[in-house]
Amino acid sequence: MSLQKHESSYIKNTIKRKLTKTELQIIAAEWSEHCSYKSSKKHLSILPTTGRNVIIEKGYDSGVLDVGDGYVVTVHIESHNHPSAVEPFGGAATGVGGVIRDILSAGTRPIAILDGLRFGNIENDTHARWLFKNAVSGIAYYGNCLGIPTIGGEVEFDDCYKNYALVDVAAIGFGKKDQLIKNHASKDDLVVLIGGPTGRDGVGGSQFASDSLENEDRSAVQIPDPFIEKLIIETILEARNEKCINAMKDLGGGGLSCAISETAESLGIGIELNVDSVHTRESGLSPDEIMTSESQERMLIITDKEKLPKLKQICDKFSVTCSIIGHVTEDKMMHVKNGSDTLALLPAEFVARAPLLDRKKIKPKYLKSIKKENKMEKTLDYSEIILKLLASPNITSKHWVFRQYDHEVGIRTVIKPGYDASVLRLDNGKFLSAKIDGNPKHCYLDPRHGAIGCFEEACRNVVCTGANPIGMVDHLQFGNPEDPEIFWTFMESLEGLAEYGKFLRVPCVGGKVSFYNETTLGPIKPTPLIGVLGIIDETPFLPTQPIDSDYLIIIGKTKDELGGSEYFEYTHKFIGGTCPCVDFKDSKINMQAVLSLIKNRLVKSVHDCSKGGFAIAVSELSIFGDIGCNVDIESMPTMENLSSEKILFSESHSRYLLVVAQKNLEYTKQFLSKKKTSFAVLGKFTGDQVNIMHKSKKLIKTTVDIMQKRYFNGLEDLLKHG
Amino acid sequence: MYTNFIGEIITKIVKVGVIVFPGSNCDRDMFHVLTDVFHLNTQYFWHENGLPDNIDAVVLPGGFSYGDRLRAGVIAANSPVIDDVKKLANKGIPVLGVCNGFQILVESNLLPGVLLKNDTLNFMCQWTNLIVKNNKTSFTNKLLLNQKIPIPIANGEGRYYANSQLLDDLKKNNQIVFTYQNHVNGSAEQIAGVCNVDGNVVGMMPHPERATESLINPLDNKPSSLIFESLIDAIGVKN
Repeated sequence: MSLQKHESSYIKNTIKRKLTKTELQIIAAEWSEHCSYKSSKKHLSILPTTGRNVIIEKGYDSGVLDVGDGYVVTVHIESHNHPSAVEPFGGAATGVGGVIRDILSAGTRPIAILDGLRFGNIENDTHARWLFKNAVSGIAYYGNCLGIPTIGGEVEFDDCYKNYALVDVAAIGFGKKDQLIKNHASKDDLVVLIGGPTGRDGVGGSQFASDSLENEDRSAVQIPDPFIEKLIIETILEARNEKCINAMKDLGGGGLSCAISETAESLGIGIELNVDSVHTRESGLSPDEIMTSESQERMLIITDKEKLPKLKQICDKFSVTCSIIGHVTEDKMMHVKNGSDTLALLPAEFVARAPLLDRKKIKPKYLKSIKKENKMEKTLDYSEIILKLLASPNITSKHWVFRQYDHEVGIRTVIKPGYDASVLRLDNGKFLSAKIDGNPKHCYLDPRHGAIGCFEEACRNVVCTGANPIGMVDHLQFGNPEDPEIFWTFMESLEGLAEYGKFLRVPCVGGKVSFYNETTLGPIKPTPLIGVLGIIDETPFLPTQPIDSDYLIIIGKTKDELGGSEYFEYTHKFIGGTCPCVDFKDSKINMQAVLSLIKNRLVKSVHDCSKGGFAIAVSELSIFGDIGCNVDIESMPTMENLSSEKILFSESHSRYLLVVAQKNLEYTKQFLSKKKTSFAVLGKFTGDQVNIMHKSKKLIKTTVDIMQKRYFNGLEDLLKHG
Repeated sequence: MYTNFIGEIITKIVKVGVIVFPGSNCDRDMFHVLTDVFHLNTQYFWHENGLPDNIDAVVLPGGFSYGDRLRAGVIAANSPVIDDVKKLANKGIPVLGVCNGFQILVESNLLPGVLLKNDTLNFMCQWTNLIVKNNKTSFTNKLLLNQKIPIPIANGEGRYYANSQLLDDLKKNNQIVFTYQNHVNGSAEQIAGVCNVDGNVVGMMPHPERATESLINPLDNKPSSLIFESLIDAIGVKN
């Protein structure tokens, strides 16, 4: 039980009687940080949430975007960090399951999954390796069985996740606007629970996730069953087509307690339910366990007596169990009974709205003491550095991961994983581009600009496919919010995201806050994760690989921003320096320029410059294109006079690499000048060597073949050894 | 009478059945390709319902029927609809099993051999090249012998296994339909698809329905399309 003093006195003053045991359990689940957002809710309203495409309906767990022609896209993001750190396979799998049901509850079919995975240093930590491998297997097991493609994501390793795991899952849904579930309910409507039986797994999971991870409470981890989830998806979509559903909510954190109180509160109704009617996995479950179990693959549906027979028939067809567990009342109370005994009787609003907190924030001391940039020991062999970076866990190809995921099922995947953003075709002839990005190394040095950078990077990736960003989801992951220093980093990130979202007019359509991401070793680095969706209205841009004599152009300024870069952290094991900072004006100008170039097909491909900086981005073009290049970085657009290493490895934002055919070069240059972008023609693709020059000195000279070997084998070589 | 995708006038109304089991998840993809790309009159059949006699072809799509419990395909192979599939197969009606559909055909003894866990021990989703080894079946008659087909696989248990006796029989009876061009998952003789002795029942692990449209096929969508055009030819849609 994790009720705090002020909460107990609030209960006493409001309810004016002693709570029953069941009521206390319900409140403890619902008022956990995980369910109530009591630390963050007051502040989240600063995010821009409205826009041309945004559809807002009550009771949705996912964001809804209008994509035209009567169609909508839904999107949501969630994490399953604590469970995955204890039991990575089941934790990651049920993380997929939970977010899929959020998409389903709006009445849309899930069409894609993206996942962001973060673990400790797999180069020397075998436990981190075990967590990583099993989390990947768990996601594959669940998503593949559902037939929902996992189309992208990211994987990152950092010492701050030692003994821990961040498993973030974003899901995308698609459907017809007129088939969205318009949540409503009236007196005597029936409350139906469909899906898997309720068991003892996941009891108290939301409280488990609302504290730092100190003990491994395996019973708080849910057991995955993707087959039942698949049947639920088909059942719900058929019930939607037959108009059997008045309102719907998935059972996630807090189980029935949460689903019942939040549904009643958002629809302004009361619900009376009987725990006796809930179908269970085993006998002897106590009412309190039934109310707080987080067993997966369950949905709550409100229907009425006329529609019930049809709903039951559909459930029968798919062999999905359905129990009528209660009915709708007008008294706005959450009334839990066991047979004829009343176990809980509380105002739904009281349960669903935990008293919110004003957390203190203080700028963390570590930011003052963080090392100013040291003079790096002179390393002249940049070729060797590049090859090591290409094989390093954060940069190396992640095909070992995404090839375990079915990323083709659904036959929508136009641009497959492994590049910048993935692209899906929609039924109305438009295309959807999606990407998630995070960067704890940047966010640790500067939570505000780091978070803005993640947002911009996700936008940049989407822009590289020719798509206009139309909405974002955020997942804000931090340590214990009771620590004012951690709360400060949360507020900084949040404010940064709000500021950039307002500037770019990209609304936040959904998201989640996850605190208490810490172990006995300490908190994680601030890890906001940003997902961005973009729309392509016409023919999708199918990039082509560079061929001999194609030109390389860079757009965007390179700055003295090596802080948090892979070069500092991986090559020099140095944490500190200045983290990249997005110049809003340049950000927009560069995005618009790239979108116009793609629209007019003046470029063969566009690649975003991010982890590893320019040196890695250009290497990736050569690796994928299977062609060398001769590049001189002398003319690189910079803010000031920069050393070779800064030009090569700084991770400044708003930069794009373009591959341009000779015939389009002059026009492209004129266009970029006219748009007032900073750009330079850096060289040509040719041969089988990557040569990078600066001030007549050869900095890098290596063959594409060696780069490919390092890049494509990096992860597998590491994992081969257990 | 209607016009097919290359503008020919069709007089025979054919009917292709796509069987849906609990857990099938490529059924909608297959339906889309049969109807929207190849303009075939296609209908879903839920596993509990029987198949009509006048059906012209049957497709068992991919997925995880019954969640792959016990063993991939084994529960579906014992469901009532399979009796109807067997009757139709014996009559010479073309039957195609893709991925989990192939596993079901093997488990129901409509096709020889078994499918084991890939030698990587992982689920594998990637593009591969197939080589056509028998172009006399209902699904390969428009392809050339040794023609290359770029196509994706997506499975955890796709490693074809047969003992040496069976492999000899398969070769003797020309039952090896497709092989992988390269070593992919440890399949015996790199087998990716086989057929029955008559060549009307074909099972394959790769997904032709994911490769027939140029938009989602980064390589070449024509060879995969010929698998469906072969079917159209086999069921006599052509004038």
